[in-house]
Amino acid sequence: MRAFLELIVGDQQADRAVPPTGMTARLTVFVAAVMAFLAIIALAVSLTTTRVANVWAEELAQSATLRLPADPATADALLLSALDVLDTTPGISRVRALSSDEQKALLEPWFGPDLPIESLPVPQLIEIVADGDGYDIEGLRARLSAQVPGAILDDHTAWRAPLVEAASRVRVIGWFVILLIGATVAAMITLAAQASLAANVQVIRVLRLVGAKDVYIARAFVRRYTLRAGGGAVVGAILGVLALQFMPQGDASGSLLMGVGFEGGDWLWPILIPLLSAIVAFFATRAAAFARLREQT
Amino acid sequence: MIELDKVSYGYGGTALFSQLSLTLAPGSFHFLTGPSGAGKTTLLRLCYADLRATAGKVRIFGQDAASLDRDAVAMSRRRIGVVHQDCQFLDHLSIAENIALPLTVSGREQEVSGNLQELLNWVGLGPQANQLPPQLSGGERQRAALARAVIVSPEIIIADEPTGNVDWEMSQRLLSLLVELNKMGKTILIATHDLAMIRSMKADVSARVLRLKDGQLMQAGSEL
Repeated sequence: MRAFLELIVGDQQADRAVPPTGMTARLTVFVAAVMAFLAIIALAVSLTTTRVANVWAEELAQSATLRLPADPATADALLLSALDVLDTTPGISRVRALSSDEQKALLEPWFGPDLPIESLPVPQLIEIVADGDGYDIEGLRARLSAQVPGAILDDHTAWRAPLVEAASRVRVIGWFVILLIGATVAAMITLAAQASLAANVQVIRVLRLVGAKDVYIARAFVRRYTLRAGGGAVVGAILGVLALQFMPQGDASGSLLMGVGFEGGDWLWPILIPLLSAIVAFFATRAAAFARLREQT
Repeated sequence: MIELDKVSYGYGGTALFSQLSLTLAPGSFHFLTGPSGAGKTTLLRLCYADLRATAGKVRIFGQDAASLDRDAVAMSRRRIGVVHQDCQFLDHLSIAENIALPLTVSGREQEVSGNLQELLNWVGLGPQANQLPPQLSGGERQRAALARAVIVSPEIIIADEPTGNVDWEMSQRLLSLLVELNKMGKTILIATHDLAMIRSMKADVSARVLRLKDGQLMQAGSEL
C-alpha cells in the first residue's frame, strides 16, 4: 500500500528519465476506458437483476393462490367453504377472492378484452397473503382437501425457485465478466508495458550504467501505466454511468430491463472500478518491468 | 579495489581470454591496449559487473562479483564512473540532466545544484548545459560523459576508448582531465588502441600499460 501511495505522489526525476511514448499511452488510456465502461454496464445489469429477482422472490414467497373448481353449480358453496378454512388458518394475514373483472384482466393478454368470462367455466381464484411467520402449508392443504374438494393451493414454489436460480446465475456471470475484464486489463497493460520497456532498452541500459536500481527504473514505468489505466477507467466509468441514464426508467420490480443501474451502496462501484483498474495496472506493470529488467544486464 | 583472479570469459563455446589476472590498486593509473577484438571492452565490462566471468573470480571492492545481486551491482556502479566510446546518453534529457543522472538515480538530488555547474565549467560545457546530447559534437559528448562519470566522486573511473571520436587536441584535453582526477586519488583504467596518445601522457602520469592480445594480458613493452 505504501508503495502504491508513493507511486501516486511520484518521483519527477524518475518520470523524466523515461521518454514519453505517444501511441502506447493513448492506447492504454483508451482500452482502460472501454474496459471500465463494460465493467460498469455488466455490474449494473448483474446488480439490477439480482435486486429485481430478490423483490420478486420475496413477494412470491409471501403470497399464494387458491384455485377453486370451475363448476357453476357448486362455485358459491366452495368459495364460502374455502374462505372459512382460510380465515381460521393461523399465519394468514389477508385473504381476498378475485373479482370477475380482475380475473378477466388476468386473461386479457391471452384472449383479448372481449372475453365473455361470465359464460365460461373459469376457476375462482383466491389471493392469500401470509403474515411474517407464514402458515403450515401442508396442514392447510390437508384441510382444504377435506373441506373444499378439487381446490388447488399454489404457493408459487414452482415459480420462485427458477427465478432465484436464474438471478443467481446472472450474478455469477456478471462477476465472471468483471473477472475477465480485469484479466484483459492486466494482459493489455502487461503487453503495453513490455512494448514500452523493449522500446527503451537503451534508456534502461544507461540508467543501470549510472547506478540505478531496478526499483527506480520500474517505478517510472509503473507510475506511468498505473495513472494511465486509472485515468482511462475514470473516463470509462463516467461514460458507463451516463449510458445507464439512457436505459428506460421505471419500477425496477416490474421488469428486468426497467431501471437498470445502481442503487444505494452499489454506487461505490463506479468509484471502485477505476481504483481496481489502477491496482491491476500497478501489479501488471510492476511484474512486467521486473521480469524485463532481470533479462537485461 | 578491483581484482581479476584467473578470469576466463567466452561465448558461443569460444574463449575470448582465459586465466587472466589484474589488480587495480587504489590511486593507480592503467592503460589497456590491444588490437580490435582482443577483448578490451569485455575486460572493462567485467570490472564493473556488466558481464559475469565464465571462470575465475572478479572482486569489486572486495566482494565477489558473482555473488552480487542486481541491487548490489547498482550500488557498486555508484562507486565506479564509466565512460563509453559511444557515450550513451538519454537523448530526451539536457546535457546538464544527463550529467546529473548518477546523483538523481541514487537519491542525491540535493547535491546536483552544488556540483553540476562546477563540473560543467571544468569540462568546458557551461554554455551547452541545456542542449540535448544529439546537438553536441563528439568531443563535447565525450567531455559530458566524463563529467557524468565523475559527478558522484567515484573511486574508480573506467573509460573505454574515451578519445576514439575526437581530434588530437581534444583527446589531450580529455586525458588531462583524467590525469587530474588520478592526482586527486582516483583509480583510472583506460582502454585504448591509440599508442601515440599513451606516449604523449607518459611524462604526466605514472601509468602501467597493459596489452591484451591472443587472450593474454601482459605488460606492454618496446612498442611504447
